[in-house]
Amino acid sequence: MDAIAFGVCSVGSIAAGITVFRVASMARATFALLASFVLAAVPILLLGLTYLGVLVILMMVMEMMIMVVFMLMYMMNPAGLMPMKMVHNNRVSTIVAAVVFVVLAVGATVTPWPHGGRRSNADPTKALGLDVMGPHMLVMVIIGLVLFATMVSAIVLASARGRYDRYGDDLRVRPPQDPVQGGLGGRRRGGLQR
Amino acid sequence: MTSPWNALIAVSLLGGFSYAAASASVLLRHRASGARLAAAWSAPTREGARLLVAQRSVVVGSDRALARIGSALLPLAAIMAVLVVPLGAHAISDLSVGVVWFNAMEVLAWAAVWMVGWGSNAPWGVIGANRFLAQGLSYELPHMFALITVAVGANSLQVNQIAAAQHGQLWFALTMPAAFIVYLISIMGFSFWGPFDQSVGRDIVGGAASQLSGVDRLAFCGGRYLLLTVGSAMAVPFFLGGEAGPLLPGWAWLLIKTAAVLAVLVWVGHRMPPIRMERFAEISWMVLLPATIVQALAVSIFVLVGWM
Repeated sequence: MDAIAFGVCSVGSIAAGITVFRVASMARATFALLASFVLAAVPILLLGLTYLGVLVILMMVMEMMIMVVFMLMYMMNPAGLMPMKMVHNNRVSTIVAAVVFVVLAVGATVTPWPHGGRRSNADPTKALGLDVMGPHMLVMVIIGLVLFATMVSAIVLASARGRYDRYGDDLRVRPPQDPVQGGLGGRRRGGLQR
Repeated sequence: MTSPWNALIAVSLLGGFSYAAASASVLLRHRASGARLAAAWSAPTREGARLLVAQRSVVVGSDRALARIGSALLPLAAIMAVLVVPLGAHAISDLSVGVVWFNAMEVLAWAAVWMVGWGSNAPWGVIGANRFLAQGLSYELPHMFALITVAVGANSLQVNQIAAAQHGQLWFALTMPAAFIVYLISIMGFSFWGPFDQSVGRDIVGGAASQLSGVDRLAFCGGRYLLLTVGSAMAVPFFLGGEAGPLLPGWAWLLIKTAAVLAVLVWVGHRMPPIRMERFAEISWMVLLPATIVQALAVSIFVLVGWM
């Protein structure tokens, strides 16, 4: 049963991945990629890692829905109204793909996988985390926080409008000068519109 | 215990409650406009029958595959979410990570609405689709923090255990009010209901659903009520003590509480003016998100101290 599910999902995942480069529309390509990711999450579920599997589905759906907006914004011919070639630089990309495949396949076959040995106990998610991170869990957690703080600071620095734009140089302008009125603060009835 | 009967009962109840929500919505509209009230109860049936027999109109150049998958995905997401809603003592499938499953299924609405809006090959459709994503980015983070708070309070991601953690205790609606309110708001968010119906708003002539017709429209509009219902049903084990209640048996309390939450949401949906997504973004990120983070912190401390 598990083997059948694994087979169906892995073949489906690869097929959906190929579809990404066969369709002529960015929207379809995005959803083909999403299908591929969701199907790739099923083997994680089959491993008994329920939390991680469902989380992968959740994150992939959200991520690809943001991605689709960017893909449409940045790509030429987003709607697929004219036939569009989804592959570029064929020779080099074929070589890269082949090399990556061989490396991964060799790695997967050479690795000494445990044979039915350890039955993981109650919480496979925790067991996996300990196996992957080992004694460096605390370091990795802190690195995660640092990465997140970096992203937030990068956005704050890159943002064209800060609080000095909204509230003025001495932060005293009331109501704040929002490009979009409403929400919090903003224009009040009878207030000065600047 | 998993049996086909459980699944059948749960899905029928989902359908029944959604029908009632649709009828109640028509009732409120009829009352406001002075139309005949008695006609409201059969209105969803009549509209559904009309959509079933109507021929689907096809816009030139539309992405039919995406639009049809999207409109079918909306009710499917609700039905898959109902798998983890406890019914009596048992959910159809009481997953150990029920909360995450529920969240994942309800996020499928993003994909569904966007597919429908984009696939319609109409400007209003695409605007509606992108509005839904913008709104989703606003409600989803507070929503997730509300769910996390519930899971922390119960020390479990399993829906039945969350309900059980409130037995003999204060309900989570009282111990984590901010999370409860945010959860109710986000139900209306992911079912684009009431003040959050900008993605199918009248100002963009139906938005994502503007080009839908026939059975696609039936699936899409029905799916929206199913999502509203499954969200309300989930509020009961999350915040309202599950099947706890005096005198009546547990399943009766589940149904009563679900009906109450659903009724409140339908009523609020008709009372509140629409809130534009860019304004809600500000409110969500400046008020709701900090409120839920503080709520999560408070509950975590309560759990550590041993008060919960």
